[in-house]
Amino acid sequence: MLGVVLLLGLLFGTGPGMAAASSTEPNAGGRRWFLQASATITDRSLAWPTAEQWSRVLRLQDYNTRVVVLGTTLLGLAAGVVGSFTLLRKRALMGDALSHAMLPGIGLAFMISVAAGGTGKSLPVLLTGATLSGLLGLGTVLAVRHYTRLKEDTALGIVLSVYFGAGVAVLGVVQRMGEGHSAGLESFIYGKAASLVAADTAVIGLASVLVIGVSALLFKEFRLLCFDASYAATQGWPVVRLDLVMMSLVVVVTVIGLQAVGLVLIIALIIPAAAARFWTGAIGCAGTWIAAGMGAASCAIGAAASALLPNLPSGAMIVLVSTGLFLLSLLWGRERGVILRWQRRRALNRKVRRQHVLRAVYEWSEAAAASQPGTLALTVPSVPLPALLARRSWSARELRRELDRAAKDGLLEWRADHTVALTKSGLTEATRVVRNHRLWEVFLITYADIAPSHVDRDADAIEHVLGTDLVAELESLLARQTALPAVPLSPHTIAGVPASGSNSS
Amino acid sequence: MLARVLESLRSWEWALDGWIIVAGALCAAASALVGTFLVLRRMSMMGDAISHAVLPGLAVAFLVTGSRASVPMFLGAAVVGVLTALFTEWVRGVGKVDEGASMGVVFTSLFALGLLLVVQAADHVDLDPGCVLYGAIELTPLDTVTVVGREVPRVVVMLGAVFLLNLTCVLVLYKELQISSFDPALATTLGINARGLHFLLMTLVAVTAVASFETVGNILVVAMLVVPAATAFLLTRRLSVLLVLAVGFGVGSAVVGHVAALAVPAAFGYASTNTAGMMALTSGVGLLAAIVVTLLRRGQPLRIKNPPGSPLFVDGGGTVRVSGGGR
Repeated sequence: MLGVVLLLGLLFGTGPGMAAASSTEPNAGGRRWFLQASATITDRSLAWPTAEQWSRVLRLQDYNTRVVVLGTTLLGLAAGVVGSFTLLRKRALMGDALSHAMLPGIGLAFMISVAAGGTGKSLPVLLTGATLSGLLGLGTVLAVRHYTRLKEDTALGIVLSVYFGAGVAVLGVVQRMGEGHSAGLESFIYGKAASLVAADTAVIGLASVLVIGVSALLFKEFRLLCFDASYAATQGWPVVRLDLVMMSLVVVVTVIGLQAVGLVLIIALIIPAAAARFWTGAIGCAGTWIAAGMGAASCAIGAAASALLPNLPSGAMIVLVSTGLFLLSLLWGRERGVILRWQRRRALNRKVRRQHVLRAVYEWSEAAAASQPGTLALTVPSVPLPALLARRSWSARELRRELDRAAKDGLLEWRADHTVALTKSGLTEATRVVRNHRLWEVFLITYADIAPSHVDRDADAIEHVLGTDLVAELESLLARQTALPAVPLSPHTIAGVPASGSNSS
Repeated sequence: MLARVLESLRSWEWALDGWIIVAGALCAAASALVGTFLVLRRMSMMGDAISHAVLPGLAVAFLVTGSRASVPMFLGAAVVGVLTALFTEWVRGVGKVDEGASMGVVFTSLFALGLLLVVQAADHVDLDPGCVLYGAIELTPLDTVTVVGREVPRVVVMLGAVFLLNLTCVLVLYKELQISSFDPALATTLGINARGLHFLLMTLVAVTAVASFETVGNILVVAMLVVPAATAFLLTRRLSVLLVLAVGFGVGSAVVGHVAALAVPAAFGYASTNTAGMMALTSGVGLLAAIVVTLLRRGQPLRIKNPPGSPLFVDGGGTVRVSGGGR
């Protein structure tokens, strides 16, 4: 073709570079088509907004900003709700394949509508094309998985990349069809929230209400499906049909999100749902609401930010805001947050160390009292440090620190000769701890057939987390076997305590 | 119609189209080598995740060095590739979500970050968000370097080096990769460092993705990683054959893809289109053909050689029988 030859000449003339900032030749076309196209995705200049712009956007003074922020907020709300189900149903990447598969549909819808004499700019037509090819893509995933021995991940990768390739090829044709026809199609790739108008917001709003309504009506069914699909099937629920409804909700959210977020990043709308997992462990209303709230917040903030910096792709802004929320949840989430879990673990470790110290002191005191007949068991002897040190594999420093801590809490007191003794409250606590330990030991010996010589370590692993009701149950269970004293005697000899004439004096 | 196709191919110029095909073929071959192991390990989507996630690594390398120098670029990519794998594991463990979701969180976040950095950097560096997605293979013959007295496109040199790197790794670690892909537990008991291999593979994927950025872009490189390997996977059960077939299919779709980019739109009266997109589409068509072949073959009886001295034999209907065991 003559044009191609001419353009090759042009290319040689303009020299190398894969991203010439702006081509000066008017309608250079040819193989440079996408250079011009890409210049429309992001304009190059990036100016920091002025204080006046800030206040205009933050107070939603512009009608346009209001429309855009409202539309994206509704989108985020719906995406949060649907995203929670997608996430739990392990379908996150299927959404990714779905959105990428929409590109050829957009291009073909444009070509068909131009061929039919339209401008090709009609949003309903483009989105219908997107939906159809997205569904075709999903069908392809299912077919590949069903008819070949390729696994799901490969099927997703194939559909995602081949359909996107087809889309790129179609867009390549479209962009050379005529002058300025295709401007705007690329905004579906990276998202351009600023291009939303009031009618779009109305459509997004309606769709969001529909999506949230259906999710609310079928909440119980969806929850069951996410939790245990085969159980749902045995209970007689129409699992396949429910799955289809859930998937069509995902399709709806993806379609209405194309304009604002773009098909490359729309999968990121599951990020709020993933973040909600750090706040609640249950599959329930709370998690869904948290996800919806975070989705709405990140879309609103992202859209406002892209109104301030119109040259940045709005999809990327929305994603980064939700990533920020995700990181906050990851650190401070109430259920699984990293910081909280670290605190919990530290508290548990402390408790375990405290109980170890108290039991060591108690057992030494007990043995010491027993070895001196005539002394009442409850007069508190003082315990020398080396004796305690020998009881466990702890270093002198650790032991010292733990003893000091217990002393500060009033459970122990230091005597003058570097020995420690239990205080009254310390004795109460130590009695409880030792009692739990020995109850559990007796239980293990009686019911689990564990040799008395081995039982100490097994009991050690669990005694710290025995609840009061479990202790009560142990007591009633064991009371039938033997009459229980306040603190049962140790069922085995304890190493490292003063020898006594007889262990059961 | 045929006349229009022939007309469109008349502008063929070996100095240009030849190099485009070489670049595409090298990219496809390098990707197919590592992609085969992604498909075998059921980690195809990790290829997608990593090819998206290397973007911030690239952008930072650009911003720091101010140029498209290759070494910092590959370093940035390798680091981010390994980080993606680590973050994904971490989010999955800490957040108790499935691997797909944690991948979705990690790679979209990194890609969005990279996109903003690229837009920021666009003032200073020659880099474009549009090329990120679907490359600029048509422009590759223009940016040349001199190798042994010949003008060779820079991208071809880069892709050739990455192809050799992948080939070397696959050949040297063939046995280890084979065992750890098919039976990770056995690999561990044999003392093979499965985790190390995993991260090596992730690094190779990242490096391949970076090298392919300028030719096919980061989404279509997924097609080059996954589709030829999947096609070959349907046709053979031997790893060595699988690798050779995958590379062959990749190279084939590069050649056919470029011709199709010129010819197919011309057949309908449009101007030529994007080669990278057409390469992905061609590989998809190849996969479709392979699926049809396997489905047709499925109806036919199994041909198994009877093991010598074994009482087992396969009868005409494909059923395994015991000789002399009949009543």
